[in-house]
Amino acid sequence: MLSRRRAYVCRNAAGASQSPSERVSIEISIFTCFIQGSLMLSLWLNVVASGILMGLVYGLVALGLTIIFGVMRVVNFAHGEMVVFGVYIGYWSVRMWEVPIIAAAALAAAVMFVFGYFLEKLIVKRFVNSPHHYQFIVFIGLSLLFSGILLVAFGPDPRPTASQLSFRTVSIGILTLDLARLQAAGVAGLLIVMLGAYLKYSSFGRSLRAAANNRLGGLIVGLIIPRIYAITFGIGAACAGVAGALISPLFDAQPYLAMDFTLLAFVTVIVGGLGSFGGALLGGLTIGVAEAVAALMFSPSMKTALPYALLIIILIFRPRGFFGVREV
Amino acid sequence: MSEKFNKAAETKRWIAGAIVFVILGLVGALSNSYIVSLMTIVLLFTFMGQSWNLMLGIGGQLSIGHALFVGLGAYSVGVLYLKYGISPWIGLLAGMVIAGSVGAVLAWLSFRFEVHGIYFALLTIAAAEFARIMFSGWEFVGAMQGLFFPAPTGEVDISMLRGGARFYYFVALALAAIGIAGTELISRSYLGYVWRAMRDDDEAARALGVRTFRHKILVISISAASAAAGGGILALVQGAIFPDSIMGMGISVDVLIGPVVGGLGTAFGPLVGSLAAIPLNHLMGALGDSLGIPGLNNIAYGVILISVVWFLPDGIWPAVVRGYAAIKGSLFARPLKLRKAEE
Repeated sequence: MLSRRRAYVCRNAAGASQSPSERVSIEISIFTCFIQGSLMLSLWLNVVASGILMGLVYGLVALGLTIIFGVMRVVNFAHGEMVVFGVYIGYWSVRMWEVPIIAAAALAAAVMFVFGYFLEKLIVKRFVNSPHHYQFIVFIGLSLLFSGILLVAFGPDPRPTASQLSFRTVSIGILTLDLARLQAAGVAGLLIVMLGAYLKYSSFGRSLRAAANNRLGGLIVGLIIPRIYAITFGIGAACAGVAGALISPLFDAQPYLAMDFTLLAFVTVIVGGLGSFGGALLGGLTIGVAEAVAALMFSPSMKTALPYALLIIILIFRPRGFFGVREV
Repeated sequence: MSEKFNKAAETKRWIAGAIVFVILGLVGALSNSYIVSLMTIVLLFTFMGQSWNLMLGIGGQLSIGHALFVGLGAYSVGVLYLKYGISPWIGLLAGMVIAGSVGAVLAWLSFRFEVHGIYFALLTIAAAEFARIMFSGWEFVGAMQGLFFPAPTGEVDISMLRGGARFYYFVALALAAIGIAGTELISRSYLGYVWRAMRDDDEAARALGVRTFRHKILVISISAASAAAGGGILALVQGAIFPDSIMGMGISVDVLIGPVVGGLGTAFGPLVGSLAAIPLNHLMGALGDSLGIPGLNNIAYGVILISVVWFLPDGIWPAVVRGYAAIKGSLFARPLKLRKAEE
């Protein structure tokens, strides 16, 4: 947009001028305009592309939150802490065993699944049927507890995870992308597709969706609701953990990241619609691109404010997001 | 409310409340400066917790973004006093008006479009975070560097609300007393009945002719305005305003922990809860600092919140009342009519 306007101005200036010496200088300026224009274009494309890549990872984080909400009707306020657990798992496994990031992500998935499963069995299941504000308060408590544990275990200082991976780039045409980001987005996208297929076609996925649709009906036809809930919570936690491990080369590992990720996941999920699978993905992409574009157009501080502004606007005009479920 | 009010019991309650505040006043007059400053924070969060309690415990609307209103109050006092030399009394009033209107607009927007329950709670977080980020980028209010009040000279100046730590203790005590008495009076008035009806069943309340839309806006803006008053005093007590510390999630959690631990919807709950939770938080924070382990206070808060909802979902205060009634009942062997503020 901007570049096209600049080219137009340049062309006009060229047409209006007469003297040859001026023409040369204007031709040069057209040339620089063109270079600048294509630079601007490639800058924008790069920004949007990296926004989309980040958006896929956000989508995976949001998916964990939305699956838990869709099935159990609880809002996991400790989701960001689970992402940070994943970041630390990625950080330590890469540092200690020098495994590729994908192996670290698999480890994070396994660990966080078990963690989520037992968290549900031990604590969350007691509050699944209590009023919303009690659930919220329990999860605020869990979030404080986990962030405290993270602080005790790892200290408040950020740990730079800069491995070789963090600096490697890949060029596709005019796009220059971080390898780490590309890898993270690829794995995240693959996982989203696989999880979607699993929920849609497998027998467990069917029973999970049945439990989400109608808990009483599920109980009547013999679903083991507590087991489904525990596994759901495990899957949600695993999504957060994998996303955390995948982005560990991009973010310094730090306990204080947790609150940002929790809020970001909320924003993503609400933009897409709480409890909707496609909504989480779409919300993630929207937020990723919006964040990247805002960082380019405004100041970096706007980058963090923009998702909230977007959230407020969306809550006002489409209270249940793009594809939200009606009853809460 | 099924039972009739017992006039004598009511008088007893007021007298008991007055005695508690006289004791708290003596604490402020006699104890050392550490306890005074800690208790000032406890009493301020009692007051702000009371405002949150009014909204959830009586009005039935969950807010996790009360830091927004606290911060607006703090910034109104700070900006008017530091930039224009206007008395904090006016600043408090301005903050209450601003926060009350912001609360009303937020409530209007969300209930207009049927945003309620979890979505409303998330909207409050989003609004608070948005405001925090905006204030940290706004040069006029000091951005990230914050605003600083001049160091207290120790002279008490009531017209400018300036004085030493002990002065602020009594200001906070007065606020807490106003908060508790106000909640007690409101919950006994027409509004209290209407709001509790709305909390328990919105549709039934509407069927009985209650305009719940207006009443939700009213309860939220009253709650926001009183939180802003607390925030203004908090800013004066702390002597500095930073966007992260006055509008962050931490404040929202501090505000809600008192009423949740003490007892939702009760008049005394926020005081009991703040007395239990905030000193423990400071103690664990100090312990963590001295051992070099940060995060102990977070663990303490987390464990308190989970175990209160787990074991005493009504909060500590109703449990104490029940226990007292059971002992008294067994002693005098007569049924005691108990009044819980929420029923």
